[in-house]
Amino acid sequence: MSEQAVQDWIRKTVAGNDVVLFMKGTKDFPQCGFSSQVAQILGHMGVSYRDINVLEDMAIREGIKSFSQWPTIPQLYVKGEFVGGCDIVREMFQEGELGQLFEEKGIAYRRAKMTA
Amino acid sequence: MPMDAKEIERLIKAHFPGALVAIRDLAGDGDHYAAHVIAKQFVGKTRVEQHKMVYEALQGRMGDMLHALALTTAVPKD
Repeated sequence: MSEQAVQDWIRKTVAGNDVVLFMKGTKDFPQCGFSSQVAQILGHMGVSYRDINVLEDMAIREGIKSFSQWPTIPQLYVKGEFVGGCDIVREMFQEGELGQLFEEKGIAYRRAKMTA
Repeated sequence: MPMDAKEIERLIKAHFPGALVAIRDLAGDGDHYAAHVIAKQFVGKTRVEQHKMVYEALQGRMGDMLHALALTTAVPKD
């Protein structure tokens, strides 16, 4: 794929799937601790998402970095918008902001039980 | 290639004058760090924008020389 074709493919993929995680490995078999953390958070929240294994395609691995202007993997997209990498996703999850985001965007997720 | 914690701190401080920067070596291998940056330059920016600003300060080393930098950012509380 040409660089332009890769950018087009990424654009279509994030536009065509509500939640997309670009990661090293797959959701069932993550191959990097940071990717694994984000997959675990999404799994914990019961969100269905498309996982893209960047280790399978060097062009996508490099292409996603320039697409989002973000230097590292994993990268989470929700409704076509870049949400962040591992640190931001974890922080948002801990602050309850990730649930809020899914709420706002109309993404089905499992609400954590509130403790008194 | 590992990177020295002092060098990370220096690059960030040069980019954000007056910022508070705390670097922790997570694994003792000079390759896995945690950085906390408190800077007034972050005011009004989203988290993604704040992190991008720090990556800019590191001038392309992030994801290259520097494999793992767990980053948290905050604005100063007055």
